[in-house]
Amino acid sequence: MNFELTEEQKLIQEAARDFAEREALLDVIERDEKAEYPTKHVQRMKELGFLGMTVDPKYDGGGMDSLSYVLALEELSKHDSSLAVIMSVHNSLVCWGLEHLANEDQKERFLKPLARAEKIGAFLLSEPEAGSDATHQKTTAEDMGDYYLINGIKNWITSANSADIYLVIAQTNPELKHKGINAFIVDRHSEGITLGPHENKMGMRSSDTHSVMFTNVKVPKENRIGENGFGFKFAMKCLEVGRIGIAAQALGIAEGAYMRALKYAKERKAFGTEIANHQAIAFKLADMAVKIETAKLLLYKAATLKDAHQPIALIGAMAKRYCADIAMEITTEAVQIHGGYGYVKEYHVERLFREAKLTQIYEGTSEIQKIVISRAILSDN
Amino acid sequence: MKILVCISNVPDTTTKIKFTADGKQFDATGVQWIINPWDELALTRALELKEASNGLIDNVTVINVGPKDTEITIRKGLAVGADNAVRIDGNPTDAYAVASELAKYIETHPFDLILTGIESSDYNGNAVGGMLAELLNMPHISAVSGIELKDGKYEVIREIDGGKQILTVPTPFVAVVQKGIAKEPRIASMRGVMAARTKPFETVAAAGIAPQTEYIHFELPQPKGKCKMIPADQIDELINVLRQEIKAF
Repeated sequence: MNFELTEEQKLIQEAARDFAEREALLDVIERDEKAEYPTKHVQRMKELGFLGMTVDPKYDGGGMDSLSYVLALEELSKHDSSLAVIMSVHNSLVCWGLEHLANEDQKERFLKPLARAEKIGAFLLSEPEAGSDATHQKTTAEDMGDYYLINGIKNWITSANSADIYLVIAQTNPELKHKGINAFIVDRHSEGITLGPHENKMGMRSSDTHSVMFTNVKVPKENRIGENGFGFKFAMKCLEVGRIGIAAQALGIAEGAYMRALKYAKERKAFGTEIANHQAIAFKLADMAVKIETAKLLLYKAATLKDAHQPIALIGAMAKRYCADIAMEITTEAVQIHGGYGYVKEYHVERLFREAKLTQIYEGTSEIQKIVISRAILSDN
Repeated sequence: MKILVCISNVPDTTTKIKFTADGKQFDATGVQWIINPWDELALTRALELKEASNGLIDNVTVINVGPKDTEITIRKGLAVGADNAVRIDGNPTDAYAVASELAKYIETHPFDLILTGIESSDYNGNAVGGMLAELLNMPHISAVSGIELKDGKYEVIREIDGGKQILTVPTPFVAVVQKGIAKEPRIASMRGVMAARTKPFETVAAAGIAPQTEYIHFELPQPKGKCKMIPADQIDELINVLRQEIKAF
């Protein structure tokens, strides 16, 4: 086993850290408060190559491995998870899905501009009545011969307003249930697409989340991904990869809270000494450190296995479940260590606490991950 | 025209400094290494000059005297945009040895402009640039806070008491740069990191120049005294403390 990062991975980690600390962190509280989209930071992420970083250079991507991608997301999430989720959806779900499951013509037309970050991608699976149970898609894609007609509503769509390219999951053949579902590449500016208001979220408020309404939206047949009925499988495969990205985000949130709590505990005095010298606080910090180290090992292993083209469905679910849950635990304790200061915005931990919650919910709740994990281990034995 | 940027590999500026038990060496256990911040700004300015020169400056090289494990720091120089890199394979024992090793290389690999940071953030010697110019018999300008390329000639700006001094100097020369030379160090882009894989990276055997100094002992500063808070309205108490305890007057 080799626990040493390569020179290149360290450089990418450092680049992401520098970007997060020197740029994103500066206005993160203000953007969170105003729920303001990070336009200039997304532009910088484009310039620095974080959007499209894992795509093969033959499709104009950065050609970086999954572990580098995880390291970058982790660094970014220590300070700004809104940027991290924009990056994760663009890379893990949209670029990955197109690179590995779309045809060459689609890659040429859609993946390349996404990999160059000239365009931003969004992934449209959730619906008002289909979240964890994604098989019950109410959005329909009616086969009209040489095009499909899409009607329905998608919910909780990250980058819905800022994206140029949508990957839309919709039901073509309801009697075939999930085997009747298709995935489509849709121009966000197509006629018949309207957005709901910006969601007033608890955390990750600087990312741009809306519901999206489709009314008789025409999608050319050549924009369907894979064979007829491949859509559900497509979405599940994308989410399988996406878990690693969200796990990295959760780990970064946990680390961001831990490092702030550690610093605070060494400075803040109570009862004549720094609070870190009180066992009640020291033990909290010890538990945080153990959880972070454990999460890191699990997640880095998942990313390393992905780079080795090994199956990651199980380990990815474990990493997502564990990283998200410890992010919630650690941010909760970080707020507690900060006391009253943890409850106001200047110290960042209350924001990280709000952000952590979402990692347990989106791209497969912690409970869904446990279903994936339990099914896998039970079917093995 | 070619620019050489000399870079030092230094501990991250947030490193907690420790020394070995005999007090003779810095304890590098668990330390994160970075490009010396002044050198990083020098490199940033070199790249800006090259980009704005319409091809007049066609090469920016980074050079370091250090063992193999400094390569990641040098590679970062390539990732942010340097064209090629050189590592002189030896330990940077003291300023004289480093300057001499650099001079040996530069004697056979000429550059028009050589940049060094004013000091390294670890030992703060503030010596390599001046020594290097002397060894190469080149002009040397210290405490440079700006460099421009105008009509093919370098114009050098120094901050002086109450104003600025603007100079020209014949090439080749050594500019020892300080804060202000560039705004912010560059962040490596993913394309930069990828390009750094294939950029020329030369390792040169050290000439083995002996250092002229020997470290006898390092000592950490005394821990800071406790802060005593005096309420703003108790001026007499403040004067008493300053007079009796601190003996300020």
